[in-house]
Amino acid sequence: MQNLTQKSLRVLLTLAAMAGLPAIAWASGGSLLPVIPEAQDRYSATQGCVEPTAEMRRNHMEYILHQRDETVHNGIRTTQYSLKECINCHVSDAPDAPRYSSDEHFCNSCHSYAAVRIDCFQCHADRPVKTPGPHMSSGHAKSDNKPAALSAEPHQALAIEVIRHD
Amino acid sequence: MTDNANIDTYRRRFLGNTATALAGLSVAPGVFLHEVAQARSADEPVTSDVRWGMLIDTNKCANGCNDCVTACNDEHGLTGHGRPETDAQWIRKVDLRDKQTGHTQSLPLLCQHCEHPPCVDVCPTGASFRRDDGIVLVDKHICIGCRYCMMACPYKARSFIHEDLQDQLPHAPRGKGTVESCTFCVHRVDAGRTPACVEACTAENHNAMVFGDINDPGSDISKQLRQHSSRQIRADLDLNTGVRYRGI
Ligand code: SF4
Ligand code: SF4
Repeated sequence: MQNLTQKSLRVLLTLAAMAGLPAIAWASGGSLLPVIPEAQDRYSATQGCVEPTAEMRRNHMEYILHQRDETVHNGIRTTQYSLKECINCHVSDAPDAPRYSSDEHFCNSCHSYAAVRIDCFQCHADRPVKTPGPHMSSGHAKSDNKPAALSAEPHQALAIEVIRHD
Repeated sequence: MTDNANIDTYRRRFLGNTATALAGLSVAPGVFLHEVAQARSADEPVTSDVRWGMLIDTNKCANGCNDCVTACNDEHGLTGHGRPETDAQWIRKVDLRDKQTGHTQSLPLLCQHCEHPPCVDVCPTGASFRRDDGIVLVDKHICIGCRYCMMACPYKARSFIHEDLQDQLPHAPRGKGTVESCTFCVHRVDAGRTPACVEACTAENHNAMVFGDINDPGSDISKQLRQHSSRQIRADLDLNTGVRYRGI
């Protein structure tokens, strides 16, 4: 029984996902379906996203996860599946554009609908940053704790003292 | 001894010939058909053919100058809370004075990108790791924030993020509950650029920092290492650091 319910729910969701734009238009008319913001660009003339849209909706996390390890550990920086490029294309860089905390943010529009909680944006930028930010180091105060290495080396500790360390 | 001398003579002759041969291949003055080190393309993994290193000349490092620190903070969006004990710090200036002579010198201290990094040895999760090209990083997806690495690092190079962060930069993801340290500006290095601190030091004409591939005998850093004496801080620990100092 439960299986049947789950199945029909899945079919419904898939149908909703496949219905694409008309569903979104319909959704904005007061339905509970997510309103997914439009991407800023197309991947190619024939394809909207980096893989067919249905594939991306279902499996985007697999692509991002794979790319994550390749980038962090092997220095591979191709752009097709990089989270940074997802954000560059799917999120506006306007200062007042919705952030991840809003249902109007591309990622959260679906995650909030599907009750998926992610922690990507606790660390990663949830919007494109195309120009360098303001001078950010002003909040840095000076520290006076000494680096262990310099004071720990016996002959150095005898002859040399650390007089400033910030 | 004689053997060594023979080999050296042979080597010199061989290198001499190679240089002539290579020169013969130049299409125009200064333009060669062969490049010694080829830049890596975005889809190629890093290899141990390269080992990134840094040479810091403390004689050129200006007393009171903080340009490398500022550049690092700006590059990675490191903001402080005015709490120096816990604020993230990837590079810092240290001033030293010889007690006998009163001679003072100043140097930047950062993650030394050890070949045998204690931080990696102690990490229980595998989050601390050394890339094949020698850059030591924290995979923050895996880090559980236990801070063993902070205790193990002899250079006090690592920081723990205690508070929620906002507005991180796309190339520098950082977040609460994880440990971080100098990445040698890995995002820049992967794009063929030099670290932000080195760029800032050079831009201010101090030229106290050189960055490059210490496996490539033709690189600027290798040439300088060959020519001048340099030291590792705490060389006694045998970590074979990627960061070397001149003048200490
Ligand atoms: S300097 Fe410290 S953080 Fe950097 S590689 Fe060595 S032990 Fe690890
Ligand atoms: S704090 Fe993170 S990187 Fe450091 S030892 Fe613990 S798990 Fe490893």
